[in-house]
Amino acid sequence: MSTGATGFLQRYQGLQGRLPGDSALRAAAAAAFKDSGLPGGTQGRRIEAWKFTSLRPVAEASFQPASPRHETETILAGLPLLDAPRIVFVDGAFCGNLSVMPAAGFARFADQPDFGTLTWPDREPMVAFNTMLASDGAALHVPAGFDGGIAQLVSIAGGAADYHPRHSVHLAEGASLTLVEISAGQGSYLLNTVAEIHVAKGARLTHIRLQDEDLTAFHVSTTYVDVETTGTYDSFTLNLGARLSRTEVHAALSGAGSVAHLNAAQILSGSQHSDFTTVVSHTAPNCTSRQTVKNVLAGRSRGVFQGKIEVARVAQKTDGYQMNQALLLSPDAEVDSKPELEIFADDVKCSHGATVGELDAEQMFYLRSRGIPEGEARSTLVRAFLAEALDAVADATIRDRLEAAVEQWWARQKA
Amino acid sequence: MLEILELAASIGDKPILKGIDLTVPAGEVHAIMGPNGSGKSTLGYVQSGRDDYTVTGGTATFNGIDLLDMEPEQRAAAGVFLAFQAPIELPGVNNANFLRTALNAIRRAHGEPELDAVQFLKLARTATKQLAMPDDMLKRNVNVGFSGGEKKRNEVLQMAILRPKLAILDETDSGLDIDALKIVADGVNALRAPDFSALVITHHQRLLDHLVPNRVHVLAHGRIVRSGGPELARELEKSGYAGVIAEAA
Repeated sequence: MSTGATGFLQRYQGLQGRLPGDSALRAAAAAAFKDSGLPGGTQGRRIEAWKFTSLRPVAEASFQPASPRHETETILAGLPLLDAPRIVFVDGAFCGNLSVMPAAGFARFADQPDFGTLTWPDREPMVAFNTMLASDGAALHVPAGFDGGIAQLVSIAGGAADYHPRHSVHLAEGASLTLVEISAGQGSYLLNTVAEIHVAKGARLTHIRLQDEDLTAFHVSTTYVDVETTGTYDSFTLNLGARLSRTEVHAALSGAGSVAHLNAAQILSGSQHSDFTTVVSHTAPNCTSRQTVKNVLAGRSRGVFQGKIEVARVAQKTDGYQMNQALLLSPDAEVDSKPELEIFADDVKCSHGATVGELDAEQMFYLRSRGIPEGEARSTLVRAFLAEALDAVADATIRDRLEAAVEQWWARQKA
Repeated sequence: MLEILELAASIGDKPILKGIDLTVPAGEVHAIMGPNGSGKSTLGYVQSGRDDYTVTGGTATFNGIDLLDMEPEQRAAAGVFLAFQAPIELPGVNNANFLRTALNAIRRAHGEPELDAVQFLKLARTATKQLAMPDDMLKRNVNVGFSGGEKKRNEVLQMAILRPKLAILDETDSGLDIDALKIVADGVNALRAPDFSALVITHHQRLLDHLVPNRVHVLAHGRIVRSGGPELARELEKSGYAGVIAEAA
């Protein structure tokens, strides 16, 4: 029997009083979730922001909270991890045994529950869902002027269960950190993460995400970012796995001269569906936002990019750029691209573009005329398209790891 | 030896080649000259297997093998190389990897062992040195951000590494300064051997000063209207195509 919004609400009722943190906030979130239901589900209303992505398969699946069995250590060993601190969550709960702790600045949500200030459970059904049931997560804090180096945040999930991690990252003035988030698992689980990120004045966060979930799993991640004066939020998301995934980012450039990069690549095959949705709001002058989203779509897969840039009246000299490129490797693959600009200032530079295509016939002929067989020529051009996407990752070591993940993806396609 | 008989080809419904007869014996270099739109580039593309041209008649054989029946990569393995008039940019494809992939594909087709990265780089560096190309050209993406002259030189580099038996050079001289022209000509001359043939498509006598052809053919309206020795190129340079074409008509 499917769990559905009703089942999740019942679970919440049963857990009341045993979940950490502000119970009034959870109750409000539960009320909002009751009203909205799961986007695309049979209960609740139609939501424009979920036009291209329906969570009906989530609404129709059955989720048990019971602890599943899976090969955690084998999965962990297969991940392209860096030789750096790693904070590991297994089935949504912090796992100290598998973690390599950073020097300082880490707390568990389970111990110090903090729902933050940026999220909107009343507007986002999946945030309401998370707020209602979140039980653990990571809170990272990098003090002023401190370089936090690299920290990895790993999620390994399994079974037919639902998990709702709640993370927060605070970079104080002038601090810096490279956060590498990797999620993988085994099973038809739902991972529904909410993260809140604060980048204070002059601070810099590099946020790399690799989503390589089980191909029967659901992955929803909603991130809220606030970037203060001259701060930088530089992110790159690589979506390879999951039956259905949605990566949603709300980035507010609230301090003058701040910068946000929301780059992504989605490589899909079979009947995978992957949605990258962003809302960048420029609310201060002289801010820059850059988004390049590349999709490589094989089989009957579907890639979605929705990107909204909002420019407030005070946000003069805004520089916003958005590009969505898709390479369709099969006649049955589909891409949906929805750029939106909402501009109230009069001195801004905002542009967006989208390209959709098959492999270039001239490039194919050039390669083949040099003796490279058709199949090898195709894979050369697809890799080239992806290599360009990964160019957005400045750190060569991290880029190598992501390239390795893409190579693994290729190996799986051939198998 | 390349033997083309009664070759006819079209793009869509438009006939471009209307019965070409041409024989290039092994060891010889032949030049193809002719006004714009006469079908020179088509002749090159048809032999290397570009699929937007339809062969409507005739044959093209190379050392007795029917070229027209093969895929582009099989023709390359058989020794055919087309130096493109406008070389294609391949963003995200490293030039050295591209060349090694191509060379190894051809070596595989011949049952020869593949070269590893070290062996290949040694070979490639020798070739770049001979062509006076900077080493960093190997590290860059194929033709991306290359000047016109660099692109043409990169074609000659590919040719030097793949060592074809039949090279078709489609206006490889256009856009080159005198020094680069000499380098390109030297690159082809270095390959000259009793079992190597070349078809040099050009507008200008200048290249043919450095790369002296055995025969010169004038192509007009999809047919070869006149053939002669190297002196024909000089005659064309002086008096243009009009006289030759009118004479043939």
